[in-house]
Amino acid sequence: MALTTNIPTMSELAAQGKQPEVLFWLGCAGSFDERAKKITKAFAKLLIKAEVSFAVLGPEESCTGDPAKRAGNEFLFQMQAMTNIEVLNGYEVKKIVTACPHCFNTLKNEYPGLGGNYEVLHHTQFLKDLLNEGKLKVEGGSFKGKRITFHDPCYLGRANNEYEAPRAVLSKLESELIEMKSCKAKGLCCGAGGAQMFKDAEPGDKEVNIERTEQALETKPDIIAAGCPFCNTMMTDGVKNKEQEGKIAVMDIAELLEQAQDL
Amino acid sequence: MSAYIPNIAFAVLFFALVGLFVRNVRRIIRNIKLGKPANRSDQPQKRWLHMTRIALGQSKMVRKPLSGALHVFVYVGFIVINIELLEIIIDGFLGTHRIFAPFLGGVYDVLIFTFEIFAALVLISVFFFWTRRNLVRIKRFWKPEMKGWPKWDADIILYAEVVLMGLFLTMNAADYWLQTVAQDSHYVQAGSFPVSQFLLPLFEGMNAGSIIAVERTAWWLHIGGILLFLNYLYYSKHLHIILAFPNTYFAKLSPQGELSNMEAVTNEVKLMLDPNADPYAAHASDATPTTFGAADVTDLNWVQLMNAYSCTECGRCTEECPANQTGKKLSPRKIMMDTRDRITEVGLALNKGEEPNQNTLLDNYISREELWACTSCNACVEACPIAIDPLSIIMDMRRYLVMEQSAAPNELNVMMTNVENNGAPWPFNQQDRLAWREELNI
Repeated sequence: MALTTNIPTMSELAAQGKQPEVLFWLGCAGSFDERAKKITKAFAKLLIKAEVSFAVLGPEESCTGDPAKRAGNEFLFQMQAMTNIEVLNGYEVKKIVTACPHCFNTLKNEYPGLGGNYEVLHHTQFLKDLLNEGKLKVEGGSFKGKRITFHDPCYLGRANNEYEAPRAVLSKLESELIEMKSCKAKGLCCGAGGAQMFKDAEPGDKEVNIERTEQALETKPDIIAAGCPFCNTMMTDGVKNKEQEGKIAVMDIAELLEQAQDL
Repeated sequence: MSAYIPNIAFAVLFFALVGLFVRNVRRIIRNIKLGKPANRSDQPQKRWLHMTRIALGQSKMVRKPLSGALHVFVYVGFIVINIELLEIIIDGFLGTHRIFAPFLGGVYDVLIFTFEIFAALVLISVFFFWTRRNLVRIKRFWKPEMKGWPKWDADIILYAEVVLMGLFLTMNAADYWLQTVAQDSHYVQAGSFPVSQFLLPLFEGMNAGSIIAVERTAWWLHIGGILLFLNYLYYSKHLHIILAFPNTYFAKLSPQGELSNMEAVTNEVKLMLDPNADPYAAHASDATPTTFGAADVTDLNWVQLMNAYSCTECGRCTEECPANQTGKKLSPRKIMMDTRDRITEVGLALNKGEEPNQNTLLDNYISREELWACTSCNACVEACPIAIDPLSIIMDMRRYLVMEQSAAPNELNVMMTNVENNGAPWPFNQQDRLAWREELNI
């Protein structure tokens, strides 16, 4: 089935006097990074399929400020936050969904204190709801029986205590979910958080993403599922480092669901 | 008059050692108050629940089943044996012996039974703890920051517990002999003594006088030992037996991922973004703090300093830390130990009425390399059995490095310049944020 809906921006809708139910916040990775853009597209397709009324900010979106804040630059963070809040409040945004746990955490926990109050959902939470409401269905998906291990993003899991939503979505794929030896609250970081994504690691014996990839490989997975564009990059690099890229795919939950749907 | 010598000796010992302890506790409170304010008076109900679950209920301790269970034995043992301690203190002042026994009757029997069972469990647990530390050599107990005093401290605590429990059981065994074999009327029949009765063969061939001497000696050494151990807390990681409670009560309750917004910065940023603001007028009235972030312990808030005093150096944080696991210098436990060492150094100067030396927590204790190795993943915060937050200290110190010294690693400066200029951490044009839409095939 060909979907023909165009994805509007907030300003395009506002020009028509319309307001979407939910804003899809892409994040910088989701907007620019080649790998992460695929996640953006997959999630957008699912939203269209489920007939969700949504829009994006496009050129009016700017970095939430998370990497600056975690690097110690509170000034830059708050400049970004207040600029974004002005845009969001200008469009009277009530509900935001994002596929980036870092954006999710910042929008949800750090924007309210600066005047930005929204209902913020991670895309796995949003997808779980769509599946539960029957707006999305998976029937005999192409991942049936595949071995999938899920890498918990720190900023979704420990930071916001959400371990269940991504697993609930995965369970719909009728695949075999195999947990790594450290998962959920004890899940090992991929190594990208706290602005580490943008710098070389300090001297040590090993890269964090290699350690985590080794834990993932111990489960002998067909697919490593991720819920964060940065984790995705780190795990993809780890799988390449272990020369397993032909056998093991690193995929976002949204991509898995989209492919199972065969959109 | 001479009959009262033991009572007087006890009172002197008791008030001297409790007094010393109170003085030291006051010093700790004074040191904690050197920290910046942080409001933790909100949501009292939730805080009580948090403390009840985590400190009283040991909910995070038992995530490691073996060490968790052993710790619960020692912890419950400590609490129940404190009931016995109350009786010992009253006996000490009044010159009585087992003053609760006649009042409590059968209940006293049950209490003694419980104390003895727990004394035995404490001894068994301590044996396992010592073995894990010194023979099995569990990795987290042998990290570089555990060399020297911290290693000694951990072992001294275990030895002290063995000695105190040993004295407690010896005292009871002698008492039991005097109650049952000698039927001395001073030694009131007080129950079944399920553990110490097995020590009776030790007294084979001794007369009543010697056994009274054993009982008295053990009694005095036991209470004296406890009062000395109480004073040892001030110098030791063992302070957690007290501070775990306020530490969990005053812990951060918001989601772990939330990193507080700095109010001083908010005021500045609002000023910068407000075209109508008069920067001179606002600056005159607004007292901005002298430093952004933390270079020394006095730049941290009081909760962070209390965290440092509460740390038991168990190393569960360090064990979970991705940076530490992959051989980086960062160890969240060391962050807490350094913070305590530095606040202790500052406090010692204040005790002498001197100005603290020119050392700072940054560089003299915690290196920049450690701070920049953190991924802010919250594994350390999650792992801590008493809700210590090492991450908040790391972040405050990064804030100092970046906002006061502009000393971020160069790659991060590049990232921040990109955010500032393009609204993204990479050098992409903000206008291209819709490029993916054009590529979408639907």
